[in-house]
Amino acid sequence: MSDWYRDFANSGLGTTITKQLGLPRPAELRRYEPGQPLLPGPAVVGSAGEGRLREEVTGLLRDAGVTVVSPVAADGSTDGERLAAVLLDATGLTGPADLAAAHDFLAPALKRLRPSGRVLVLADPPAETSSPAQAAARQALEGLVRSLAKELRSGSTANLVHVPLGAEASLASPLRFFLSGRSAYVDGQVLAVTTADLPTGEDVDRPLAGKVAVVTGAARGIGAAIARVLARDGAHVVAVDVPAAGEQLAEVANEVGGTAVALDITGADAGPRLAAQLVARHGGVDVVVHNAGITRDKLLVNMDAARWNSVMAVNLQAQLDITQALLDTEGALKPGARVVSVSSQSGIAGNRGQTNYAASKAGVIGMVRSWAPEFAERGATINAVAPGFIVTEMTATMPLGTREVGSRLNSLQQGGLPVDVAETIAWLAQPGSAGVNGQVVRVCGQSLLGA
Amino acid sequence: MAPQTRKAAIVGGNRIPFARSNGAYARASNQDMLTATLDGLVARFGLQGQQVGEVAAGAVLKHARDFNLTRESVLGSRLSAATPAYDVQQACGTGLEAAVLVANKIALGQLESGIAGGVDTTSDAPMALNEDMRRVLLAVNNAKTLQQRLSALAGIRPGQLVPEVPRNAEPRTGLAMGDHAAITAAEWEIGREEQDELTVRSHHNLAAAYDRGFFDDLVTPFLGLTRDQNLRPDTSVEKLAKLKPVFGQGEGATMTAGNSTPLTDGASAVLLASDEWAAEHDLPVLAHLVDAQTAAVDYVHGGEGLLMAPAYAVPVLLARNGLTLQDFDFYEVHEAFASTVLATLKAWESPEYCKEKLGLDAPLGSIDRAKLNVHGSSLAAGHPFAATGGRIVATLAKTLHEAGPGKRGLISICAAGGQGVVAILES
Repeated sequence: MSDWYRDFANSGLGTTITKQLGLPRPAELRRYEPGQPLLPGPAVVGSAGEGRLREEVTGLLRDAGVTVVSPVAADGSTDGERLAAVLLDATGLTGPADLAAAHDFLAPALKRLRPSGRVLVLADPPAETSSPAQAAARQALEGLVRSLAKELRSGSTANLVHVPLGAEASLASPLRFFLSGRSAYVDGQVLAVTTADLPTGEDVDRPLAGKVAVVTGAARGIGAAIARVLARDGAHVVAVDVPAAGEQLAEVANEVGGTAVALDITGADAGPRLAAQLVARHGGVDVVVHNAGITRDKLLVNMDAARWNSVMAVNLQAQLDITQALLDTEGALKPGARVVSVSSQSGIAGNRGQTNYAASKAGVIGMVRSWAPEFAERGATINAVAPGFIVTEMTATMPLGTREVGSRLNSLQQGGLPVDVAETIAWLAQPGSAGVNGQVVRVCGQSLLGA
Repeated sequence: MAPQTRKAAIVGGNRIPFARSNGAYARASNQDMLTATLDGLVARFGLQGQQVGEVAAGAVLKHARDFNLTRESVLGSRLSAATPAYDVQQACGTGLEAAVLVANKIALGQLESGIAGGVDTTSDAPMALNEDMRRVLLAVNNAKTLQQRLSALAGIRPGQLVPEVPRNAEPRTGLAMGDHAAITAAEWEIGREEQDELTVRSHHNLAAAYDRGFFDDLVTPFLGLTRDQNLRPDTSVEKLAKLKPVFGQGEGATMTAGNSTPLTDGASAVLLASDEWAAEHDLPVLAHLVDAQTAAVDYVHGGEGLLMAPAYAVPVLLARNGLTLQDFDFYEVHEAFASTVLATLKAWESPEYCKEKLGLDAPLGSIDRAKLNVHGSSLAAGHPFAATGGRIVATLAKTLHEAGPGKRGLISICAAGGQGVVAILES
């Protein structure tokens, strides 16, 4: 689906008009394609205080083929190309005074940032210090990064990763994600990593090679995009959807070389049935994506029980039941399994007419956080992604005005694409993402709602 | 050569919901439906780009352009283009006969895997030129000079513009199949109420099977149709009693549009394999095809009913396998007409018929009706001629698999031309 306004704003006449009228100027986002270099240009790594990650990060970048240049001088002068990424190691912060160094590093560097550039700030978690001054400085970074994300233009993003002491190795996978085109629509987010057993020798182009992934609600929209991206990354996809959607489901399964399973996930025996089939046909499952979801919107006072119950059954209870069935079935969840649940911006911000939907999607977040420690013990992870305004068949039926306004209410001034959600899920599914657990990653372009 | 034979495994099946004639699939061709059905099977078993040993399928009503229908469908599907295919045609027995052919090749070790199927459309039916018109146009085509051409064209008469439309009638008797079935129904004194009762059971069984998700891995929706268009879950003997008879004459006419199968469009396919191939591909074995038998009767001069051939085939099959008619857990008797099923069961119960016609010392006896067509049959699902065999094989195989190992099922399908195909499956 094309974004006519974005295309207009980037045309010759459109550039003039939108600039003069001060209208939003959404950019063409840099999105991932296999074989693409991690960054389209050089990166710069700076620090605020005596941090511990600068060398580690520089090494990771060089390994990924990125040219790392020296910090830009205060007057902005440099001989090199414009920057594709600006990384700040803020693990050395001891108090608010150290934040000035962050400003001094970032300000000149950002002037040289290319379109679809990346700003990534790395810090210790604020909770992991007994010093109020240090906690204040660490927390201050959230305000800095979130504001910066709103200031950046031309499709650039800014995100913050919390790296506790000892979890340095877990940084590699989020670092690659946030710098790459995979994170095109993830902006203004705070992610925490933990220590984990990390695999070695991952194929960055096909990180899911040899893995089996089950995706619910795979017949269309975001689910179909998830199936495509997981298959592109090497997984055999078991595509699940309701029997009535079987025709499109078969098309998706055939397109991605996967397997179609027609199943009503709210059925009493759905979990055991799916688990049994995954064991018998595929020897268990590595990646579980709970994507199936429905909306039955009405103001709460006018909502009947059927609307409430059906949304809860599909969006929340089925996720609980299927996950539990997989945990209970011997051999169903393979070692190092990844579960990713699709939540929603509505579950965080709330939405008029969606008490049922928002409740179910908030519930998903509670479920993920509650299960995370148990999954960690198994060497597995469970995370949620919360999409914002994603352009799908469903949004195409919205009235033009509502759709146009809705899609612009974020820092990237455009709606996301199903593939943006899919890329985030595929990243969480990677073996190398073992240190990302119990997290909620919003794919919303830093939406103004619920921020 | 394989020194010993082995039993072919039924791995699973797929069909599209069956549509009533000129209904949901009015614009779909045989090739469209068979290709979609193969693709649904490919998706279910992850066979994209894979070479299956052979695909055998067919249609009863075929266009001239459908001379290589199955191979063309394979080429349009997601199977490897290196998958050979051939067409089979044995009227309503086509689907089961195709399954037997594939199973036999697997049994002999000539194939490791194969797909059997069938498709039919009564909506997108072929129409032929009037025979006189065809001769005129052939003459025009063969003419060498303009004068010859004009003189040939001068032979056209308005009456020749009327096309030839296929009819559901026996070429040698001119009677519709329903008229033949009505004769048999009258002979066997099959009552209206028992026919309607059988019909209601078929609808209720099929609806219940859909409701409990039994068909989730047997059916793939097509062109917006998710269940068989003919299915009437809320039908009842009272409702069916209101229908007027359409076959048979006068007071004794009992056969209505309700207790006869309607003209239907649809397709089905079954994946068969050796046990080894199934294991290598991590695919299930629902059941094995144990044995099969065909028979034919002289309905033109021999005084036998058109659709009674299965009555003859079954005792031969039972004798060869050392079984009695009661040694089965499930029976799938194709419901061409409710009266056909009832006449066949009655024939097996009749000492005279079994002695005089079938040459048996004792009647085959009766069956437990609770084991008959437990997931519905053609009266409810509809009957796209060549697709019925595949529907029944896959349905029975799954039924047996659900019931557990060592269960046995009997399939009986009658066909035009006085033929019958029967088979035994075992889980």
